[in-house]
Amino acid sequence: MARMVLRFGLLGLALVLGLWLFPAAAQLVFPELTGRVVDNARLLTPDDRAALNAELKALEDKSSDQLVVVTLPSLQGYTIEDYGYQLGRHWGIGTAKLNNGVLLIVAPNERKVRIEVGRGLEPTLTDALSRIVIDNAILPRFRAGDFAGGIKDGVSDIVRVLTGDAAEVEARARARQDADDSTIDWITVIIWTVILLWILYSIWRSIHYTPRAGQRRSSGSVLDSSPSWSGGGGSWSSGGGGGGFSGGGGSFGGGGSSGSW
Amino acid sequence: MLAIARVRLGKITPIICILFAGTLLAGCGINTIPTLQEQAKAAWSEVLNQYQRRADLIPNLVETVKGFAEQESKVLTDVVEARAKATQVQVPADILNNPEAFQKFQDAQNNLSGALGRLLVVVERYPDLKSNQNFLALQSQLEGTENRIGIARRDYITSVRDYNTELRTIPGRWWRAILYPDAEPMQNFTVAEGTTDVPEVKF
Repeated sequence: MARMVLRFGLLGLALVLGLWLFPAAAQLVFPELTGRVVDNARLLTPDDRAALNAELKALEDKSSDQLVVVTLPSLQGYTIEDYGYQLGRHWGIGTAKLNNGVLLIVAPNERKVRIEVGRGLEPTLTDALSRIVIDNAILPRFRAGDFAGGIKDGVSDIVRVLTGDAAEVEARARARQDADDSTIDWITVIIWTVILLWILYSIWRSIHYTPRAGQRRSSGSVLDSSPSWSGGGGSWSSGGGGGGFSGGGGSFGGGGSSGSW
Repeated sequence: MLAIARVRLGKITPIICILFAGTLLAGCGINTIPTLQEQAKAAWSEVLNQYQRRADLIPNLVETVKGFAEQESKVLTDVVEARAKATQVQVPADILNNPEAFQKFQDAQNNLSGALGRLLVVVERYPDLKSNQNFLALQSQLEGTENRIGIARRDYITSVRDYNTELRTIPGRWWRAILYPDAEPMQNFTVAEGTTDVPEVKF
């Protein structure tokens, strides 16, 4: 009896583990959001990437709109419309409140390009305007094989459309500031400070008040623990200070336009 | 003094108990059914909204095409009629639990999709029309709307699946029996062959 229960338990455990390790096989795989320019199809030089990055950051600082350029080696058998909105939702480009994210997606192997517009920007960057940007700025250059030029021109046209209405841009920037004015950051800072002080204190104490018996052992434990702690601290500070880019939970409902060349 | 305190405490205790029980129950899914229900309803509103948007685009589109392709009156009339039918379909309040009304709505919209698809195929024969700025703008809006309809439908399908699953599995099944006997499974879209294809547009 007990053996049977055990066997069933193990079977159940294996099943759960299996489901957990191998979720639905046909699921889309999304690239990692490594920055404002995710060049997985390798169409851009580092200089291009830096220039685009600066332009995209300037846009966000000015209007709070997040524009991300992504080049994909494969659409995994999906249409670019299907892929685009799911990628936008997965990354959460744009703020959750304003849904003001835009993706410029280039799939060179499928010869497709798409401007995917977040729900909040659909009235500004309309389908018709997206089509105009694709037809006039992007496709002629792509047809000539100049991917970097097409992407750059497309980005500057999108930026021009998004920043066209100064009053609206200001209003959006103000709304973002409101969203940013939260006390959570201060609480985090205080908690971290307390933890840091406590760790420093315990290290200081273990150095100064080691009992005579087993002295070597305890000093060894200090040496063991301190490198691992400083490593953790280092990675945390680089995450905070490295200008890491992330989406704000914006949603996409299929706005925008696509083209192929 | 002591008696008053005891009375107060006696009055407060049940309130505390209820509050405590409330938070405890919320943790084990008492709110899941209404939450999922509202999500599915919101997803349905988005579907209606996008279909309405398509219907609003059509008169302009028909006018523009008419200017260039007067002789295609049959296809144009089809679109106008299909649009009229689709907008006339009554959407009763209980459409989500009413298979007949749901099917009727779906058929009308599929019919309109088919008519629009035929119109966009016909348009291919008119180069002047295809290079007309006004038409290009309308065409991109129509494409965008078809895309939005597709996404809205998919979102609706997902939220109805979640809701219906909650109703049929434990503990949702128990909660329904105890507290939400009115909660009925909702209708979902079925894909009719060929009719739900997005009108293909070539450049």
